[in-house]
Amino acid sequence: MAGGKWLPTAELTSSGRPVLHPGEVECSLLSSVDLDCEENPSFPLFKSGLLILTTHRLLWIPDTTGSSSASAIPLSAISHIFSTKKWIKSMFASPRVRFQVSSNAQGRVDDKGSRLTVITLVLRGKSDPDSFLAKFWEAWRGRAWESSGPSGSESGKFGPGDVGGSSAGGGLRMPVVGVSGILRKEQEMWESTDKSLQDAFQDLNALMSKAKEMVLLAEKMRQKLLSGSNNQASSANDEEMGSKEEMQDWLLSVGIASPVTKESAGALYHQQLSRQLADFVKIPLERAGGMINLIDIYCLFNRARGTELISPEDLLLACSLWGKFDVPVMLRKFDSGVMVIQNKSHSDEEVFSRIKVLVLKPDALRTGISASDAAITLGIAPAMAKEHLLTAESKGLLCRDVSPDGFRFYINLFQEINLDMVKDHGTYSAWITATFASR
Amino acid sequence: MQKLGDFKLPQFFNYPPYFTLQPVKDTREKQMQLWKELILDYCRTQKIFIIEPEKEFPLFSNPAIERSLSHEAREVFLSALVSEGRAEWMDKGHRKCLILWHRIQDWADLILRFVKDNGLEDSVMTIEEIRSGTESRGTELHEIDRTVLMRALKLLEHKGKLAIFKGTSADDEGVKFSV
Repeated sequence: MAGGKWLPTAELTSSGRPVLHPGEVECSLLSSVDLDCEENPSFPLFKSGLLILTTHRLLWIPDTTGSSSASAIPLSAISHIFSTKKWIKSMFASPRVRFQVSSNAQGRVDDKGSRLTVITLVLRGKSDPDSFLAKFWEAWRGRAWESSGPSGSESGKFGPGDVGGSSAGGGLRMPVVGVSGILRKEQEMWESTDKSLQDAFQDLNALMSKAKEMVLLAEKMRQKLLSGSNNQASSANDEEMGSKEEMQDWLLSVGIASPVTKESAGALYHQQLSRQLADFVKIPLERAGGMINLIDIYCLFNRARGTELISPEDLLLACSLWGKFDVPVMLRKFDSGVMVIQNKSHSDEEVFSRIKVLVLKPDALRTGISASDAAITLGIAPAMAKEHLLTAESKGLLCRDVSPDGFRFYINLFQEINLDMVKDHGTYSAWITATFASR
Repeated sequence: MQKLGDFKLPQFFNYPPYFTLQPVKDTREKQMQLWKELILDYCRTQKIFIIEPEKEFPLFSNPAIERSLSHEAREVFLSALVSEGRAEWMDKGHRKCLILWHRIQDWADLILRFVKDNGLEDSVMTIEEIRSGTESRGTELHEIDRTVLMRALKLLEHKGKLAIFKGTSADDEGVKFSV
């Protein structure tokens, strides 16, 4: 699309959610919105897309999936928002919101530009233009981009990981020398945390305004711990390392700065929630080996969202919407009814081959394996391991042994067994060797 | 090699899943096949005609690996034999199962060969003589189950190869061959 010539492009995640700047929070979402510029005849048609208003930008994402050409208008470039005119024709036409942005000499929107252009938003969907205008006005007047440093103007160049290092320089710049350096840093950290907490609990409004700061604080601490443990890996003892890792994990799970809520997304709630969830599950999925229980994700997701909790029904609905989007994860239901989230690239074959290696070990040939044996080898929860074993059984790879000793799985020899003869180099003869050698 | 009396057990008799009824179709079919063959083999060599699934049966458990077939599994394997005509339930409650390692037709052929081999084409014999007489010693007819023998004889009678006489008691039943 030619839009990139006139508007800065915005980065999207693989599931179609915008990549937000540090400290950026979504305020409102509208569907079926056109962007138009009457003064510029070569301005391309931005027709019927999803408009997201954040504290920093106006984002426009085309409806057609697969195209990555989302556009962004930094609120810092806006110099005026016109109030809607009430006239008779507006009762029949779609509501419009017009605003003035600065652009450079070529007409491209740029907050340092010298020319002024008027851009019109045409709201075709069912929406309340007045409340949107109020939110728009509020976000623009809030000037959130000024408080988060110079990053506001450079749209589309910031990933979520850029918070550390560069922007963490809030005054705590001391050389990290030895363990005492880290200790001093942490001491300072706790003091400022303590202060923030006291401030935050003054009243609820103060807490709300501190929320962003808290997230930033958590992020900063994570970075500090990370760099600390890298530098001092050799001198720090194991226990300290362990607790630091734990701390890191907690801090990592703090992080959805701008959760999709029913208020901000309205009718688009489940769709947007679904996309955000698809982005969120990537890291936990990776850690869990490509498959994770739905219940675990429910806990992790809600903890990451902080106070904007979602219900199990919403989670399930969000997961079941994945089929409609091009996201790299999917919901899977086992025959037993257990529901899990797995990577689309996660293949049963790979799991099966690892199970096969496990059951072909001489000990396993003789005594079989239990779900917990498989769980240890595969690095997953026993309940999940059992699902894998049952799937492998249904494929004919394994067979079961139910006895007073418990429920165990063996390599499936049945197809190889013949009453008359034993093949010399088959699994059956390997089993015979393993079984009768020990007697 | 593990043995049950003088019966050589196959190696897979020590494979624990062999004693658990497998739920997966393909695996289960192969398991049933192996059990059917083993049951017939064992019964033929040990001259066992009746299996009672509710009672102890040496083939249905392996103390060496502490496994034994559940009642459900026994019934499944025996029923599979029944459906192939290699066994028959003797009552509605499935408490007794008649194992036919030879089908009735095959038993009838064996009787005819026995008659010819011993030159008994026109003689008269009692049922007990066939089962335990000197002539049948060393043949498969020796110690044959009475029910099986009667079924085979009735089949032959139906074909006109012999006539069954009723005596005053069950012991006196006799046959006149007319091959």
